[in-house]
Amino acid sequence: MEFLSYLISGISLGSVYAIIALGYTMVYGIAKMLNFAHGDIIMVGGYISFCAMSYLGLPSVLAVVLAMLVCTVLGIVIEGLAYKPLRSAPSLAVLITAIGVSYFLQNSALLIWKAAPKVYPPVVSGSLKLFGGRLSVPYVSLLTMAVCLIIMVGLTLFTSKSKMGKAMRACSEDKGAAQLMGINVNATISTTFAIGSALAAIAGVLLCSAYPTLMPTTGSMPGIKAFTAAVFGGIGSIPGAFLGGLLLGIIEAMAKAYISTNLANSIVFAVLIVVLLVKPAGLLGKYVPEKV
Amino acid sequence: MKISQLKKTTRTDFLTYAGVIAAFVIMSVLQSNGSLSRSLTGQLVPICCYMSMAVSLNLTVGILGELSLGHAGFMSVGAFSGITAAMCLQNTISSAPLRLAVAMLVGFVCAAVAGLIVGAPVLRLRGDYLAIVTLAFGEIIKELVNCLLVGHDANGLHIAFNLSGNMTIDDLHLDPETGIAIIKGAQGATATKTIATFTAGFVLVMLTLIIVLNLVRSRAGRAIMALRDNRIAAESVGINITKYKLMAFVLSAALAGAAGALYGLNFSSLQATKFNFNTSILILVFVVLGGLGNIWGSLIAAALLTVLPELLRAFSDYRMLVYAIVLILVMLATNNPTLKSWLSRLTGRGREKEAA
Repeated sequence: MEFLSYLISGISLGSVYAIIALGYTMVYGIAKMLNFAHGDIIMVGGYISFCAMSYLGLPSVLAVVLAMLVCTVLGIVIEGLAYKPLRSAPSLAVLITAIGVSYFLQNSALLIWKAAPKVYPPVVSGSLKLFGGRLSVPYVSLLTMAVCLIIMVGLTLFTSKSKMGKAMRACSEDKGAAQLMGINVNATISTTFAIGSALAAIAGVLLCSAYPTLMPTTGSMPGIKAFTAAVFGGIGSIPGAFLGGLLLGIIEAMAKAYISTNLANSIVFAVLIVVLLVKPAGLLGKYVPEKV
Repeated sequence: MKISQLKKTTRTDFLTYAGVIAAFVIMSVLQSNGSLSRSLTGQLVPICCYMSMAVSLNLTVGILGELSLGHAGFMSVGAFSGITAAMCLQNTISSAPLRLAVAMLVGFVCAAVAGLIVGAPVLRLRGDYLAIVTLAFGEIIKELVNCLLVGHDANGLHIAFNLSGNMTIDDLHLDPETGIAIIKGAQGATATKTIATFTAGFVLVMLTLIIVLNLVRSRAGRAIMALRDNRIAAESVGINITKYKLMAFVLSAALAGAAGALYGLNFSSLQATKFNFNTSILILVFVVLGGLGNIWGSLIAAALLTVLPELLRAFSDYRMLVYAIVLILVMLATNNPTLKSWLSRLTGRGREKEAA
């Protein structure tokens, strides 16, 4: 029973990582940049939904929609102001800009909402009792898993079937060729950022419902973990991000339960290093040999 | 021999050395006059450490061309091994500068070993993967040091790992008379004797510069830069990729370790969380803003950006926000094609005048 409950909390945590990792992997796949501000968009999503629920008294569904809207706009604005002018710049310059954006978001949040942590009201409360009450599964965990599955299936269908999805795949393969085929590369990249940011908002709500302390730095560690998850599964691959996120969550929960709470993150990162040494492109990533 | 007769690179190197020496003399004079503010005096040693960190990271990122996001991890290794060495040798070596030198050497060696362990398997990976692994390494080191209990008494060094989270320094069973607690898990190193001096910082920066600049101008340095520019072409002319990559990476880690030891011995209390991801990023920002592969650029960027938050005190609560905006604007401006061509035209015209 104990094992099962750890497994469920691991899958639930992993689902949140997977949703964040999907945003990371899509942006990396198309813009070839490590968007370190992604974790802070999660935090913004958390705060917006918190304000909507606590101050405006909106129902949780509306609060989530509002958070998604704000984060989508924020994602597009950040992309347009900070990343678009650097399209042809070296990747390190873009990386540093992303870090600047991350600092900017964190410190703006610090000024607006102050450093004191807010207690997040969960979007759903209570838990499901199974096996005569011996196993209790929080409804938030069930919701998180369901949302993650829906997003994963939806994104896979979107990228394989829709016109915009095909354009995204074309851009991630070869921007120049895609442009010659009449694809609006800039609009496609903006759309990718918009989708990634909306996903981050959902992840923010789910993350804060499970771990209800909200601070300006709430997003940074899950952001780094999700980034690790994306690499773990093979960066640029959507099923890879999903698998990587889930595995990372499960490993973390198991390490916390059975090995050491203090070293849980170290174990996660050590597994990542070992996986990368055996499969350099991640679990589901394609290894592309260099041609001369 | 006149300066103008030297090779251009040699001239730049000499100017870099001269600039550092001049800065040291000026700061020392100002310090003895008492015209430096207290906060700036306190920052002199950290600035030297960050300068040295920036130059060493530039070796990995600028010269070798591999992105490292865990440089603070090596600094951490150096800092805590250096502190341990200095505290253990307190009675053996009575001269503080000598003890500091030994501690920095220990930090150098320990960080080099850490660099070798991380680098040897990982440098085979390409692209952004080294970045991820170094990031992971930095986080692992942070957690490991957080669990570390180290003490010293007449019987020697006592080390324990606080895996369960409920051990304290008393579990080391130190001899009550001669025992000293050095690293106390999550509390970090407390009650460290601060023996770091500005002069030591200056010596560290000079040594780092001499080592890095001489490496870059040597045969090995040219091989490393060839790897950065085109790995396949370099391999095809018989350059041993693993050897040179490892050489640059381990040296960079070792120099970071020495800087870490000095940094650690500058504060009476130091926690492992000080060397987190943000610190690694901070140093990377110095390198990128100073210019990749540009050693004196790293020095200036490190010094300016360490002082900048202090200078922005006038903005009080808004200073980190202003820092972020400055960072973004500088990146946008330096990569703006119009501005770039305008600048190159400006410098081009300057050269023509010189020739005339």
